[in-house]
Amino acid sequence: MAQTLLKRVSVNHFNMLQIRTKATLPQLTFEYKALEPTISRDIMEIHHTKHHNTYVVNYNNTLEKLQTAVAKDDTATIISLAPALRFNGGGHINHSIFWETLTPSSTKRSGDFEKALVENFGSFEEFKKQLSSASVAVQGSGWGWLGFNPQNKKLTITSCANQDPLYSTTGLIPLFGIDVWEHAYYLQYKNVRADYVNAIFDVINWDAVSKRFADASA
Amino acid sequence: MSFTLPELPYEQQALEPYISAKTLDFHYNKHHKGYLDKLNTLVKDTDYEHMELKELIVKAQGDLPIFNNAAQVWNHNFYWSSIQKNGGGKPKEDTLIAKKIKDDLGGFEKFTEMFSEHGVNQFGSGWVWLVLENNKLKITKTSNADLPLTHNQVPLLTMDVWEHAYYLDCQNRRVDYIKVFLDHLINWDFAEENLKRV
Repeated sequence: MAQTLLKRVSVNHFNMLQIRTKATLPQLTFEYKALEPTISRDIMEIHHTKHHNTYVVNYNNTLEKLQTAVAKDDTATIISLAPALRFNGGGHINHSIFWETLTPSSTKRSGDFEKALVENFGSFEEFKKQLSSASVAVQGSGWGWLGFNPQNKKLTITSCANQDPLYSTTGLIPLFGIDVWEHAYYLQYKNVRADYVNAIFDVINWDAVSKRFADASA
Repeated sequence: MSFTLPELPYEQQALEPYISAKTLDFHYNKHHKGYLDKLNTLVKDTDYEHMELKELIVKAQGDLPIFNNAAQVWNHNFYWSSIQKNGGGKPKEDTLIAKKIKDDLGGFEKFTEMFSEHGVNQFGSGWVWLVLENNKLKITKTSNADLPLTHNQVPLLTMDVWEHAYYLDCQNRRVDYIKVFLDHLINWDFAEENLKRV
C-alpha cells in the first residue's frame, strides 16, 4: 500500500517535470521575408514552421517516451531512444542557433572576435573560405560549424552529419553553423549548394556570433 | 574510357503528377549527372577508370570521394528503374516477389508499413531498399551513398530519400512522397527481374 502510494506520487511528480521540460519553437526576431534575396520567404517559413517545428514535436515525444522508460527502469528502451534524441534534439538545438545568428540588419564583429578570427585563420576572408569549403563538402545532410574549443581556446571549423549537435559530438562550443540540408536552400538554389553557402554570409548576425564568442571564451 | 549516364527509361514528364518534370530534370540532369561528372574526373588515369561500375564500388570502399560518387551514380541508375509510369500498388499475385513478400515479410500490408517506417526513420539523406539477404527479403535503409552491394545483399528495389528527390514537389512532407512512391510509382516488374536473376 505504502509502495503503491509512493509510486503514484512519483508518477505525478514526473508528469509535472515533463510539462516543465518541454521544448518549444523559438520565435524569429525578423519576418520570414526579411532575409530576401539571400534566403526566400518560402524557405524561411517552411524551415521554421515545418522542419524545426517537427524536430521540436518529435523531441518532446521522445522525451516523453524516455521519461516513461526511466520511470519503469527500462534500460533497453532508454538506450534505444538515443538515435531519436540525437536527431530531434540536435535538430532543435541546431536550428535555434541558426535563427539566432541570422539577421537582415547590418551587424559588426566585435574587436575580440575579429582578433580571434585573424589569429586562428589569418584573415576573415581565409576563415570564410575554410568554413565555406567545409560546409559545401558535407556529404548528404549536415552542418558546417565555427566552434570554440574550450580546452585550447582556439576557433575551429568542422562539420557534423545530419542533426548531430556540435557540442555533444565534438566538445566544441557552437558559435554559428551553416545548415546544408537541402531543405535549407533547395527551393531557391536547387543543386548549387556552393552559391547558397557563399550568399549566407550576407545575413549572418555578427553581433550575435560575437556575443556567443564572448560567452564561450569568458 | 569514362562512365556514361544511362538514358532515363521514360520521358521527364512521364511520372507526373506524382513526380514533376521539374524534379526529374534537376534530379537526373544536375544531381545524377553531377555525380557522374565528378566520378569521371576523380578516376581519370587511375586503375578505376577501366573497371565496371559495380566492381569499382566494391574496390573503392576506402576511397571515399570516389566511392561516394560511384555509389551515387549506381544508386540513381537503380532508382530510375525502380519507378515507372502507372506503377505502384501490389505486385501481381502469381509473381515470385509477391510470394516472397508473403513468406518472408508477412504480407503486402506489412511490407508497406515497414518500407514507410524505414523511409521516415532515415535520419538525413539516404535510401530505402528491398533486398535479398541469405535468400530472404529484407527492408533496409542506408545513409548518403551507402548501398546493399557492400553489405552482401542483393538489391531488388530502392527509394531515394535525399530531400532533392521530393523537395520541389512535397517540401518537408517526405511521408507524402513515400505514399506516392508506394501507391503510384513502384516498379514490381523490375523487382521481379532482379529476384529471378539471383
